[in-house]
Amino acid sequence: MGLIQEIDYGTKASNATKLVTLRIDGATITVPEGTSVMRAATELGTQIPKLCASDMLDSYGSCRLCLVEIEGRAGTPASCTTPVAEGMVVHTQNAKLAKLRKGVMELYISDHPLDCLTCSANSNCELQDMAGAVGLREVRYGYDGANHLDSVKDVSNPYFQFDPAKCIVCSRCVRACAEVQGTFALTIDGSGFSSKVSPGIGEDFFSSECVSCGACVQACPTATLMEKSVIEMGQPEHSAVTTCAYCGVGCTFKAEMRGEELVRMVPYKDGKANHGHSCVKGRFAWGYATHRDRITKPMIRAKITDPWQEVSWDEAINYAASEFKRIQANYGKDSIGGITSSRCTNEETFLVQKLIRAGFGNNNVDTCARVCHSPTGYGLSKTFGTSAGTQDFDSVEDSDTILVIGANPTDGHPVFAARMKRRLREGAKLIVVDPRRTDLVHSPHVNADYHLALKPGTNVAVVNALSHAIISEGLADEDFIRDQCDWNEYTEWAEFILRPHNSPEAVEKLCGVPAQTIRDAARLYATARNGAIYYGLGVTEHSQGTSTVLAIANLAMLTGNIGRKGVGVNPLRGQNNVQGSCDMGSFPHEFPGYRHVSNASVREIFEKDWGVSLSAEPGLRIPNMLDAAMDGSFMGLYIQGEDIVQSDPDTQHIVSGLSAMECVVVQDLFLNETANYAHVFLPGCSFLEKDGTFTNAERRIQRVRKVMSPKNGYGDWEITQKLAQAMGLDMHYNHPSEIMDEVARTTNSFAGVSYDLLERMGSVQWPCNELAPEGTPIMHIGAFVRGQGQFVIADYLPTDEKTGPRFPLLLTTGRILSQYNVGAQTRRTENAQWHEEDLLEIHPHDAELRGVKDGDWVKLASRAGETSLRVKLTDRVAPGVVYTTFHHPITQANVITTDYSDWATNCPEYKVTAVQVSLSNGPSEWQTSYMAHAAESRRIGAIAAE
Amino acid sequence: MSPNKNSDKLVYMLNHIGKVFALKPQDQAVAEITDHLKKFWEKRMLVQIFNHVEAGGAGLDPLPKQALQNMMAQSAQTSVN
Ligand code: SF4
Ligand code: SF4
Ligand code: SF4
Ligand code: FES
Repeated sequence: MGLIQEIDYGTKASNATKLVTLRIDGATITVPEGTSVMRAATELGTQIPKLCASDMLDSYGSCRLCLVEIEGRAGTPASCTTPVAEGMVVHTQNAKLAKLRKGVMELYISDHPLDCLTCSANSNCELQDMAGAVGLREVRYGYDGANHLDSVKDVSNPYFQFDPAKCIVCSRCVRACAEVQGTFALTIDGSGFSSKVSPGIGEDFFSSECVSCGACVQACPTATLMEKSVIEMGQPEHSAVTTCAYCGVGCTFKAEMRGEELVRMVPYKDGKANHGHSCVKGRFAWGYATHRDRITKPMIRAKITDPWQEVSWDEAINYAASEFKRIQANYGKDSIGGITSSRCTNEETFLVQKLIRAGFGNNNVDTCARVCHSPTGYGLSKTFGTSAGTQDFDSVEDSDTILVIGANPTDGHPVFAARMKRRLREGAKLIVVDPRRTDLVHSPHVNADYHLALKPGTNVAVVNALSHAIISEGLADEDFIRDQCDWNEYTEWAEFILRPHNSPEAVEKLCGVPAQTIRDAARLYATARNGAIYYGLGVTEHSQGTSTVLAIANLAMLTGNIGRKGVGVNPLRGQNNVQGSCDMGSFPHEFPGYRHVSNASVREIFEKDWGVSLSAEPGLRIPNMLDAAMDGSFMGLYIQGEDIVQSDPDTQHIVSGLSAMECVVVQDLFLNETANYAHVFLPGCSFLEKDGTFTNAERRIQRVRKVMSPKNGYGDWEITQKLAQAMGLDMHYNHPSEIMDEVARTTNSFAGVSYDLLERMGSVQWPCNELAPEGTPIMHIGAFVRGQGQFVIADYLPTDEKTGPRFPLLLTTGRILSQYNVGAQTRRTENAQWHEEDLLEIHPHDAELRGVKDGDWVKLASRAGETSLRVKLTDRVAPGVVYTTFHHPITQANVITTDYSDWATNCPEYKVTAVQVSLSNGPSEWQTSYMAHAAESRRIGAIAAE
Repeated sequence: MSPNKNSDKLVYMLNHIGKVFALKPQDQAVAEITDHLKKFWEKRMLVQIFNHVEAGGAGLDPLPKQALQNMMAQSAQTSVN
């Protein structure tokens, strides 16, 4: 296995359909109109020397190394900026060109250190390659003139360094930051000899606007911008293509290795979700995989107050199985269950639900998607017929108006946000519906046309008001509705929407957004050629989460924005495999492929394949499992890769539920917060240590490839298999590909999926079957999956979580770029430098009323509990609203959140909690006692007192 | 305050579901609530709420109460047959 080398074609591919034929160095080639001469030559296998060009960037034409001669044209044009023309005859190499190129290289090299042998880019440096390519043998100018060789390195970024001495001012980094990432953090200061790359006036990289996406490092042709890991470890020698294990964008990376050590992760240009881009998490924050906190030996203990005892795998598995069997014998078959993880692979998730349905004999399986996107599944399957987003990410390139509701993609889904921002810079319009002024609302070269800064909890009212404005102004797409939806249902729904309480004027009083803004936004969305909706957890994590998803689906159908490129309803999934874990049957009422357990013919498929009879009754959801534990009827739980104590609402309720259970088995990389209440700990492995697949937010199934041996000895799927065998289930897979084969033969939307297909195509979007052998990028083309689109009445019901004199502020929660979910991984990387603690954002006016200053410790109290954290004064939040993240266990933000939840799915209402803020002098009593308990319960191997 | 006792919680959840369907004609609303419960509620939760209905069904709104009574009648019917 060698290092995967991707060809750099120098300029981007042209999408033109008209073809042009030309001759380059005597060979004939036909390419789309608009292709550069450089790209056409590269396609022929001829590499024209280049330095400032890259196929990730727009052509620039500054280095003058790529000169060519074109018959009938004067001079020596730059091939990167010259488009092909019919009948053109190009010469890429002759004595004149060679001389010119040598001259250019001489100038570059005369101001470049000649330390190639000890340079970190040695053997992977384009400057070095070009010196070789042009045959540079001497530098006539000498090295004694003015140069930049003594410039000081900027090592402030934890992951890469900037060594200006090596910079050739090609501006690829500056352009990558602007064009690919859209952050515009870098500029070229000065001109001529004194020009230099700068991350801001007098700022270093770390304190600049830089978000550490790595695009500039990737673009740099020299060692100027270089990963510190490469400087430390040397150039990688082999690589494998794999998928990021952080967010639902699902970026593809080359894991570049030396032996079994990961040197760096480089975004893969062929990755269909990211097209060669990345964010700080996937690109750099993989150090957790080898962090010293990782547990690699199985452990057990009789009581959660005992210290852990390391045991053999057999002992741990047998202990867990015997406990589960004992509990079932004492309390009945339904007294145990399990939780699958959206961080684990499809194959692992499939196995966990199989273990529960076939091995435990019940349907008590649930997943952490319960607390994030369960309303999406319910809402979209009801209206459209599939529990998934309608588009691929590429679709945004054709959107004219983008409506973002309750999502903060620049932090939560950064690589998709970068693409969205590119489209916005091209002129697409933007409407943001969010209580907080997110970066999308206003950032360099991006300004939302409308920001509907609604009061938390009023999403349904606002989306219905948008529909009201559209219908009342005659902007509904009746042709589409008549053609593809149930007209009678539409008229019934339209009658409801037109009721006065849904008018923008009435809704203004509830949500605080001026009626005129709602009307203007509605018009902008409805009259767009292509209007696309993207939404996130700010939609789903409400007591009316499902109703908002329904209202959004109605809005898209109303305007005919379904079934083609550029439109659609797109949930932005939080974790990498939320889509996949739901697809794989992680919900207690559904088999893989979203088929209800009461459906006898579906049961028969699995009963035949698995050789057991299966329960036809829905099982318990996570909150109901905890309730049942308190009632004494649910006593055993197998949790793969989740940390419900930290991620689920109303921590004290969760802790009581878990403490009431007799056997909690946690499988994870680290002793997470939930493990403090566990009796068996099964060490899990990282995504670098196993094979499998993840499915991203656009339904794209992508390979995860093992690049190192599991530090714990087994892949997570193997551990589940061992547990299943110990429970008496006949389960024998040799490789995860066999699990995918089982998914394919039992689930129609996956019927065509196999590891072979993924090997051939790189990735595929489900449905993938006989009707769509190469997958389905865009759904509902010409007709809805369910037949006719269904308009469902979703009325606004105010949440019962209300502000009052004791709790006058509304708390809403979210995440930030550098951290991921409960932070178990990202906190164990240098990303912690960007976010050392969770802060409470509060409007200066609210702070002043309470005598609170920036940086003060405050007590944050709700009806559920209280915690303490420090405040940040900002007008990003409106008066009356406060905001925090939940990345650190010490913050215990979920001690505050209540157990109010969505009516249909029990998805918790994280986004609305009535709170009070007051000055405090440090951590709360709960935090102190919780931390003491956590420290106590993490003891390993101490001999228990006699 | 969000309800604490388990049966109170179930009553709360049911009333919440009932409100969502309240705009529909009564028969349809009751049918939708029933369908929802059959699809998503585990039997322990159903047994608990049936017991609560038998004990008078305190706190339950009319629509969900009707749905539960229908389900109870239906299951009595099935067990007789
Ligand atoms: S790391 Fe990304 S954001 Fe930072 S300067 Fe480079 S391209 Fe810009
Ligand atoms: S830092 Fe690298 S990419 Fe940027 S101008 Fe210098 S050599 Fe070019
Ligand atoms: S965290 Fe998301 S956006 Fe960032 S690299 Fe991973 S998949 Fe891509
Ligand atoms: S590569 Fe064409 S001008 Fe630099």
